[in-house]
Amino acid sequence: MERIPILKMGEFLLVTIQVDMHDRLAMTLQEDLTERIVSARAHGVLIDISSLDVVDSFIGRMLGHIAAMSRILDAETVVVGMRPAVAITLVELGLALPGIRTALNVEKGMDLLRRAQEQDSWEPGDSRHVPAQD
Amino acid sequence: MSLLKTETAPIRSDTDVVLVRQQVRAWAIELGFGLVDQTKIVTAASELARNVLIYGAGGTVRLEALNDGTRKGLRLTFEDQGPGISDLELAMKDGYSTGTGLGLGLSGAKRLSNEFELRSVPGVGTRVMITRWK
Repeated sequence: MERIPILKMGEFLLVTIQVDMHDRLAMTLQEDLTERIVSARAHGVLIDISSLDVVDSFIGRMLGHIAAMSRILDAETVVVGMRPAVAITLVELGLALPGIRTALNVEKGMDLLRRAQEQDSWEPGDSRHVPAQD
Repeated sequence: MSLLKTETAPIRSDTDVVLVRQQVRAWAIELGFGLVDQTKIVTAASELARNVLIYGAGGTVRLEALNDGTRKGLRLTFEDQGPGISDLELAMKDGYSTGTGLGLGLSGAKRLSNEFELRSVPGVGTRVMITRWK
């Protein structure tokens, strides 16, 4: 069966969607990803959609579900690389993707996940985990 | 108004929905649509094709490349022989859905098109026609 690969990078999972997904494939990704978050003990998920030339309400809803489910499983989700034409269309469609963190590219998305992770693991008196200042 | 070309495609599975997206994209490019216009009509087509599949239990889409003398346009007519829509006004409302979706399909497709026409007869079927002009 066709599947979207999920890569593990340290504490984070990286998904690069490079094909025009049919609905069943999107559902499979959603299920695979929630399982991998738990089995890999991941604290962050980065979804790169820079190859997608269309995000309709089904894919938008899938991204929202992934973000909500990963949050419950103690992982942050960041969606990166949305094309400008896709962003314009999504808003006009009526889908503003509430609850989904976004970043311009993979690098900025990784920064965002790392910062969220540092803030999360920081405890008073613990000098090893000082949150990055910027 | 002259018809440059026309073609009809089946919508029987979620793979067909992907094919409809790709075909609409190819026609929009051929008609010289800009990237944002391409994205809007492809996204609208994706929403309506999924509606045909989920609510109409399958059907067809007719693509028509038009020229009204001053501009070119792409008209898409989605037809199914499903149960039809009993309350058209309610069906057009943002967020209303009898299925599990977000209820943005019809209303979103209307916002992404220049012309929109919805006809439905309960027990007979539904026809949605959208046109986007360059």
